[in-house]
Amino acid sequence: MSEDILGRLKSKFSFEIPFAESYGMLIIEVPTDQIIEVLKYLKEDPELSYQFLTDLCGIHVPAEVDKEMGVIYHLHNWRANRRIRVKTFFKIGDPKVDTATVLWPAANWMERETFDFYGVEFTGHPNLTRILNVEDMDYFPMRKQYHLEDATRDDKEDRFFGR
Amino acid sequence: MSDIKIGEKPAGVEGEGFFATSLDKLVGMARANSLWPLPFATSCCGIEFMATMGSNYDLARFGMERMSFSPRQADILMVMGTIAKKMGPILQQVYVQMAEPKWVLSVGACACSGGIFDTYSVLQGIDKVIPVDVYVPGCPPRPEQILDGIMKIQELARNESLRRRHSEEYKELMEKYNIN
Repeated sequence: MSEDILGRLKSKFSFEIPFAESYGMLIIEVPTDQIIEVLKYLKEDPELSYQFLTDLCGIHVPAEVDKEMGVIYHLHNWRANRRIRVKTFFKIGDPKVDTATVLWPAANWMERETFDFYGVEFTGHPNLTRILNVEDMDYFPMRKQYHLEDATRDDKEDRFFGR
Repeated sequence: MSDIKIGEKPAGVEGEGFFATSLDKLVGMARANSLWPLPFATSCCGIEFMATMGSNYDLARFGMERMSFSPRQADILMVMGTIAKKMGPILQQVYVQMAEPKWVLSVGACACSGGIFDTYSVLQGIDKVIPVDVYVPGCPPRPEQILDGIMKIQELARNESLRRRHSEEYKELMEKYNIN
């Protein structure tokens, strides 16, 4: 089944599509500037027909130089009960991805959340503001360069432990 | 014979047909025995507070029969539970809406210092947004501990000078928290 899907994608798109399979679920990686084209094809092609956007989230892997940031889309074909995971990676210095709200209105809040925690800018998003964190937060807390611990914590200072 | 214990009267001068004491003490006694709490319960410490209010521990013994769910008619703000950073301004607004004199009881590790939630989304202690009078540690504290905290606040109310809320120090404290 995965071969069929990959075959269709390869005949449609000229760029290389790295892929993997995990627990029977196909995972593909696509260039960031092509992401909406690929998602649109996955959604609208009558054979593939991944109509449902299950989830959209960000990822930060500092070790992957020039591909530190990523966005991952989980799609679901309800009729055939098939899932696919679409990944795209880009530089942390220029974290821009086209918005998926043009395909799924549900992507609106998911993209706001991804912006809130990872600082990924979704170009074309109707209202890209923080959704969960306080409005005046000045960093993206899920990026790995920030400590998980809060900077305003003051009862864990070394002086209290004789360090 | 009834075993009901009557509270002690304040120190003063007593004679036949009269009793003289200072207004401070009289008002302090009245305030301390009729504090109306505003419960601000956000998580598990709130459950301990429910036990504190129940018949076993019975907070009403201390003149707190009535929980005030309007900040306008409350004397103690009891903050019980984790306060997220997004909740901070709301908590401060509730505090500002309370009429003077007012006291704040911070119940549990989360309200006192952030507790185990040393993370970006949680306020690291409510004293970052409002002044706190008594801290009750514990995760969660037992109802006995909450009662002890309440009695500490009663002690503060009983001995507070009537001029304290007009003092420069008090104004400075409020300005520190941007409360006017």
